[in-house]
Amino acid sequence: MIGVGERAALEPMRFEEALVSGHVRTGRKHVLSILVENKPGALTRITGLFARRGFSINTLTVGPSDAAKTSSRVTLTVDGAVDPIAQVTKQLNKLVNVLKVRDMDLEHAVSRELALFKIACADGLQRGALMQIADVFRGKVVDVAGHSVIIEVTGTTAKIEAFHEMVGSFGLVEMMRTGQIAIARGCSET
Amino acid sequence: MRAVDAVMECLKAEGVDVVFGIPGGAHLPTYDAFVGAGIRHILVRHEAGGGHAAEGYAKATGKVGVALATSGPGATNLVTPIMDAMMDSVPVVFITGQVRTDLLGTDGFQEADALGITIPAVKHSFMIQEPPEIPRVIHEAFHIARTGRPGPVLVDIPQDLSRVDIDYQPVTDVHLPGYQPTLEGNQKQIRQAAKALAAAQRPVIYAGGGVVSAGAAAELVELASADRFPVTCTLMALGAFPASHRQWLGMLGMHGTRTANYAIDEADLILAVGARFDDRVTGKLSEFAPHAKVIHIDVDPAEISKNVAAHVPIVGDAKHVLSKLLIEYRALGIDSSRLDSWWARIEAWREKHPLQYADSADTEIKPQYMIQALHEATGGEAILTSDVGQHQMWAAQYYGFSSPRRWINSGGLGTMGFGLPAAMGAAVGCPDQLVCCISGDGSVQMNAQELATCAQERIPIKVFIMNNGYLGMVRQWQELFWGGRYSQVEMGAYPDFVKLAEAYGAAGMRFANKDTLVDDMRRAIATEGPVLVDVPVTREENTYPIIPTGHAARDMVG
Repeated sequence: MIGVGERAALEPMRFEEALVSGHVRTGRKHVLSILVENKPGALTRITGLFARRGFSINTLTVGPSDAAKTSSRVTLTVDGAVDPIAQVTKQLNKLVNVLKVRDMDLEHAVSRELALFKIACADGLQRGALMQIADVFRGKVVDVAGHSVIIEVTGTTAKIEAFHEMVGSFGLVEMMRTGQIAIARGCSET
Repeated sequence: MRAVDAVMECLKAEGVDVVFGIPGGAHLPTYDAFVGAGIRHILVRHEAGGGHAAEGYAKATGKVGVALATSGPGATNLVTPIMDAMMDSVPVVFITGQVRTDLLGTDGFQEADALGITIPAVKHSFMIQEPPEIPRVIHEAFHIARTGRPGPVLVDIPQDLSRVDIDYQPVTDVHLPGYQPTLEGNQKQIRQAAKALAAAQRPVIYAGGGVVSAGAAAELVELASADRFPVTCTLMALGAFPASHRQWLGMLGMHGTRTANYAIDEADLILAVGARFDDRVTGKLSEFAPHAKVIHIDVDPAEISKNVAAHVPIVGDAKHVLSKLLIEYRALGIDSSRLDSWWARIEAWREKHPLQYADSADTEIKPQYMIQALHEATGGEAILTSDVGQHQMWAAQYYGFSSPRRWINSGGLGTMGFGLPAAMGAAVGCPDQLVCCISGDGSVQMNAQELATCAQERIPIKVFIMNNGYLGMVRQWQELFWGGRYSQVEMGAYPDFVKLAEAYGAAGMRFANKDTLVDDMRRAIATEGPVLVDVPVTREENTYPIIPTGHAARDMVG
């Protein structure tokens, strides 16, 4: 019998060794803008490609992109190294229902997300303070109840996160974010 | 007419002459429409058998295969053939019945989310929502299956919608805005490729299954002959370049020839066409072809630079691109004497490392000899389907294919149980050709039930079982890489394949003598109808040479 293999396969493998053979995803965050036909399973096809390659989708937004609602715009953000994301982008382009894929360069795009914060406030003093902060962030109070307010904030991810930090000490009841959408600057289409 | 009758019209308009399937509750309307429709329906015994038969039909004929199954278990039984067709780029349209729309999502009887389950396994899929769209969807399914990089397409039709009366108008054109495969290669890139070939001192052409799909075998031979380029093929492309050609290096990869693997290892230029640098070809990726620049021609842009970075990427159909590349290359008027020393090196490998095995001293049949005997008995001209395992590798090494679409096997997915039904499909598609299947005693049992189909339909496939009483490839790996600890690989002498064949209504034979094997095989081939032949071979023979997993080509052993 000939001895092949660098070491006996019978020995357990260290998990770190197994990890080395996988992709290391330390690269930048990507915002992908995908134009897709409204067909059964279209979103599953898209998200499945990310799952298969081991990417976690951080945010995902979907909405109609034309008056006739025949197509939708999907914007999703993922963390990824440059090479594997290129492979996912190519695979996305192969999906029959996908019309266009763009890895957005945020230097040349306007990106926004919307967040709703429900914050507890014991008295008018607290409410006033909250409204002041909201004002600085150009947020809007969209609901006022006896012991809480709901504030709507729109902006970049960084701005939303900054607001979140500011109101954290007030007793945040809950918070919801839409995830990012992004549109290319200038007259070129996204 | 009923939507299902329109489906029949669409199938006929697509040139479908035969389909493989099994009826069921959700498919009752469709099966009613088959009555008098003028389309041959072959009643298989298991949906997986039908799916693989449609693949075999497609691979042998180059046409789109069609397989049908009912909802629920019918659809889930198709998952393996669908994935198999995806991995090997086989054009097959799968039509599944689905429960009534009012039952969808209620865990109705025989309900399974066929569309959802198969999403990662299809090139594309459709769920019918509006009956009038059915004709257009059927034509789109065929268009997607056969064009670009071929692949499986699923059409799922709820039972109630299939009975709806629709105004059928023949569909003459298909327009899919999100699906526009690039067929013509970029002319500048092709010129770059020609120049790179001209500058190469140690070039190798590495051809994959895309050459067969594109019908580009003749173009491949012409280009190779333009300047004595050495040629190797992947498992999927065997026959795309004739094995008798003097520029043929043998198969590439894990069980390929040393000559082919060493040539790739030392090459300064690789022309990859219709190939995808699979791990069974590259071995250790970081050490694959360390000196080579790579020209990569593929109709699928996602394949280019997926595993190995391409220096000259060309997206396009192999037939288009190779014929243009030939013109560009000839225009350069290159002196082929620059390849003399490269050929001297290759010839030395050939001489030193031919495929070889130690034949038995008595009448025992060595598995490699069994393949050589099959070659002799068939004149090397059979369509040969294969299952998965040692027998598959020996057939790939020793049969010596002379033309494309003669070697039909499951390469990417490695599906045991593929060979017998695939042979059935190939024989239905090519009734005037001899179709044989080489299988193992493990693989053949995974779809042996289709012998009943072959007996009923008088489909004259000749199945040769290389019987070593083991799951041989797994046994080999346990012997070589797992310290010889055999775990669950011994199959013993079960079943009695001669009796099994007879029970199914096929002829059963057993040949155990090396000296008479060729004549015995000729007798089996001359026997009418389906024949199952049990050939006991040396039990613990290993498939060599081999590149152990995670090693480079130059580390081949055996």
